[in-house]
Amino acid sequence: MTAPLLYALAGALLCGLGLFGLLCLSHLLRKLLAFNVMGSGVFLVMVGLPQHQGGPDPVPQALVLTGIVVAIAATALAVVLIRRYYHLSGLTTLDAEPTSREGGQE
Amino acid sequence: MTLNMWMPLFALMTSLMASLVIFVLPEQGYRLRTAVNLGAALVKLGIVAVMVWGVFHGVDYGLSFTMLPGVEFVLKADALSMMFAGLSAVLWFLTTIYAVGYLEDSPNRSRFFGFFSLCVASTMGIALAGNLFTFFLFYEMLTLATYPLVVHRGTEQALRAGRAYVIYTLTGGAVLLLAIAWLQGLVGDLPFREGGHFGDADPALHGSLILIFVLLIAGLGVKAAIFPLHGWLPQAMVAPAPVSALLHAVAVVKAGAFGIVRVVYDIYGIEASAMLGLLEPLAWLAAFTILYGSARALSQVDLKRRLAFSTVSQVSYIILGICLFGPVGATGGLVHLLHQGIMKITLFFCAGNYAETLGIHRIDEMDGAGRRMPGTSLAFTVGAFGMIGAPPLAGFITKWTMGTGALASNMDWVIGVLVLSSLLNAAYFLPILHRLWFREPRGSWPHERQWGRLETSAWLFWPPMLTAAMTVLVGVLASLPFSPLSWAELVVLRAYSS
Amino acid sequence: MTLWLMAGLLFTPLAWAVLTLLTDFSRGRLVSWAGILVQVLVSLGLWLAVARDGGFYYGLGGWDAPLGIELRVDGLAVTFVLLTAVVAGACGLHAGAYIDPDKPWHRYFWPLFWFLWSGLNAVWLGGDLFNLYVGLELISLSAVGLVALGGQAGALRASLRYLLAALLGSLAYLLGVALIYGQFGTLSIAGVATWLSDHPVPSGSGMALALMIAGLALKTALFPLHRWLPPAHGIAKSPVSALLSALVVKASFYIAARLWLELGQPIGSLAAAQLIGLLGSAAVVWGSWLACRQQRLKQVVAYSSVAQIGYLFLLFPLTFSVSETVSLQAQQGMTLQVISHALAKAAMFLAAGNLILSVGSNRVDALAGVSRFLPFSLFSFGLAGVSLMSLPPSGGFAAKWLLLQASLGSGQWWWVLVLLAGGLLSAAYIFRIYRASFLESSGTDQFFHPSRSLEVIPLILAMLALGLGLASDQVLTVMALPFEGEGAP
Repeated sequence: MTAPLLYALAGALLCGLGLFGLLCLSHLLRKLLAFNVMGSGVFLVMVGLPQHQGGPDPVPQALVLTGIVVAIAATALAVVLIRRYYHLSGLTTLDAEPTSREGGQE
Repeated sequence: MTLNMWMPLFALMTSLMASLVIFVLPEQGYRLRTAVNLGAALVKLGIVAVMVWGVFHGVDYGLSFTMLPGVEFVLKADALSMMFAGLSAVLWFLTTIYAVGYLEDSPNRSRFFGFFSLCVASTMGIALAGNLFTFFLFYEMLTLATYPLVVHRGTEQALRAGRAYVIYTLTGGAVLLLAIAWLQGLVGDLPFREGGHFGDADPALHGSLILIFVLLIAGLGVKAAIFPLHGWLPQAMVAPAPVSALLHAVAVVKAGAFGIVRVVYDIYGIEASAMLGLLEPLAWLAAFTILYGSARALSQVDLKRRLAFSTVSQVSYIILGICLFGPVGATGGLVHLLHQGIMKITLFFCAGNYAETLGIHRIDEMDGAGRRMPGTSLAFTVGAFGMIGAPPLAGFITKWTMGTGALASNMDWVIGVLVLSSLLNAAYFLPILHRLWFREPRGSWPHERQWGRLETSAWLFWPPMLTAAMTVLVGVLASLPFSPLSWAELVVLRAYSS
Repeated sequence: MTLWLMAGLLFTPLAWAVLTLLTDFSRGRLVSWAGILVQVLVSLGLWLAVARDGGFYYGLGGWDAPLGIELRVDGLAVTFVLLTAVVAGACGLHAGAYIDPDKPWHRYFWPLFWFLWSGLNAVWLGGDLFNLYVGLELISLSAVGLVALGGQAGALRASLRYLLAALLGSLAYLLGVALIYGQFGTLSIAGVATWLSDHPVPSGSGMALALMIAGLALKTALFPLHRWLPPAHGIAKSPVSALLSALVVKASFYIAARLWLELGQPIGSLAAAQLIGLLGSAAVVWGSWLACRQQRLKQVVAYSSVAQIGYLFLLFPLTFSVSETVSLQAQQGMTLQVISHALAKAAMFLAAGNLILSVGSNRVDALAGVSRFLPFSLFSFGLAGVSLMSLPPSGGFAAKWLLLQASLGSGQWWWVLVLLAGGLLSAAYIFRIYRASFLESSGTDQFFHPSRSLEVIPLILAMLALGLGLASDQVLTVMALPFEGEGAP
């Protein structure tokens, strides 16, 4: 078991955990956290796996930095939407239909 | 030379442009709309007349460009296409006059005339299409353009009829598309060519070719209302009379029949079709449809429905004619393309006149209508006798030529079909004529309306008179050049000589 | 010259996004008109340049791959760039008149619109897997924001569902990218393809491809991953729905298609190809069926998108292990389907928006009498419908014809049935709308008549979709242009 492989496996495990959470949890914030866990898993795979010539490869590091920025932006957007949704409907999950129906004007 | 190249496109564009102009005209612009309508129809008549003259003298009209890799968009004029184009140009003109009068004061006229012109543009495209792909383009456009006409009245019944119409024709279109695409994949893009392409087809292809032929006929047979694909036609009778007239005489059913003629003559070739054993079953099917339509017509009490079943029967004459292996029978079938159009449009114009002027829709309400409307009734009588096949009217020429052709190609049973069908024609038309002329009127008419100095509005009166006169003339003058019969002989001559 | 065009193409949307962030809706509209004009001209210029000289690679800011951003400017990409300019421009103009400027949160429409546009351009031109990821995320996040602009709880709910689906899809894609990079040490699709052409396929690369395509399929709303799409597209403002249906789902599909065309043959398998085709077919049937059953006009159009997306995925089986000709036909058919669906669906959503505005209800039944009093909007809707039903002479028909030829040519006749049945099913839901509108109502005109500028835009788009069929040979020629840097990384 080499170190890169270990990283990759840990990443895969995190991905699996995150995926499970994203699909099975109903509270929106938990879903969002699960997404972040899953994202971290992907980043771990990304920096961990490609270590061909012995040392770490700089390209994935740069990519993961970008990826983290994207993930933060997505998280921020999601938090804003969840907060607004909670204010409007009083709900924290998507399971039940919201009280103010979507039936009116578009 | 370049002008000749563009002529087919001009013929197409006159009605297309008219349609676009009419769509944007305001609903109240009655005079302007009528002027555009009639002007376009006249221009088209002129263009088609020039082209008929040109085709007779061997001028080549053609335009093509690549539309998709391996597929050409081709417009060209040959003798057969001029036959159909001439029919639609003449009858469009008359039907437009009729429709202007018929729809006076009714709502949605811009929409109606817009789609009406679009419908004629599609018919023109069908006539001038130079290969199956182009044919299909306009064939489907015709479906779309006629839907708003069928549902024009916007009643539940009209919408139901429209739905039946769309289900039948679009499904037929899908089958046709499959057949055309398959044929294209098998042998490439085939232009319509007199004599066809498969005279020396590879025997390995025979199986596929037969199957494709069946699909083609099934797809086209929906519009041609061949049994058992005719169900939409009687329902579509809820449409306004000019629409029924156009649907029956020119556009829709004829498009199907014309397509079948194209497939048999110009794609497969008459010899190859016979060799593949395709004509005999088609002839039987057509013969059955002829008798079936007539038999069903007998029991209809609604005038337009009776005429509709009569159309089912009459269109199959065309198909039966081309299946008779031999030039004479084929001439009979082709000439019926024109004859049936002229006669049927007369009958529908008259039916519309009865409905608009006296409120008559059912046959048992027609007692004595001949006294109130002698002109219309005279036209109706001429049309009906023509359909029965009384000499010297148009229908007689058809039946006589077809009978001779059947004898020449040893298909004697066809004579039986012709005789039986004529008897049935007589059985469903003569009682109407009897009611018209020899019964006393029943007191008041269901919904009478005084309309100008003539027995009905002049717009409604003259078109059936003209088409009735044509019914007589094409019969009497059948041997002159440019008569339908001579033209059909020309088509057949070119098809068989190549 | 082309360098300036490229700079203009990439720079304007970002600059305009920032600019419009500083203003309110009405002033943002003025600024955006200028931006749309610039963007349309630049796209047209670039398209003409490529049509004349062929495609090229373009390193952004002079940096080369792997750290720099390298763009692949070929005939297909510039065609899609031009398509985006036309459709997004039309939606932008329509939105300017359609969206109520008085609601304060509507001012965010313009920045989101421009970010979306820049993301789309990045995806069409992107050459390496990671940049495509960034472009995709830019698109998804702005699209989610646009859906949420509706403001009410239903819109937020739909946008949250959309966001979660999009994020999950992106992560699956990114995981695939990580695996690809781990295996091949490159991010360029062409680089991976070159590597594969002289090495045996390493085990496990199928997993990477499957992850990426699954993620992208989720973002494209391929059946059975389509559940997020109809609520989001149905509830958004009409110009937004038009953007989403016409362009956004195409972006993720475009990446999936490029991956498949480059890597599908070495890495993919026949079973996978057939499975994707099967899912596409199921989408065609199921989406159309559901579209027939919707009571609300925009839901009908949204479910129609699910069905139309299904056609696109027939590309996968029709390009796997088939002859050159068949593969080419399938690719051309797919391209035409993307273009014609984009034009037609945008036209349809915009027209539907106008109709809803006029009748004051989004129910299909409310359309009775529309054909009499609002023929113009209905006409655009109808013309767009012709293309969706893939009847001639529309672009949809040309696409269907090519796909039919490809199916028959490869002997995979079962897709023929899907194509024909799909056309009939789409006719069923479109004629349902026609039927509702042809019903004669009370006979009085109680409708609101939208301004001509609102009505003209969908008509133009619908006309383009219809005319595409007649000009498809010319369009396809540009896509097949030579690419000067062929074989470069």
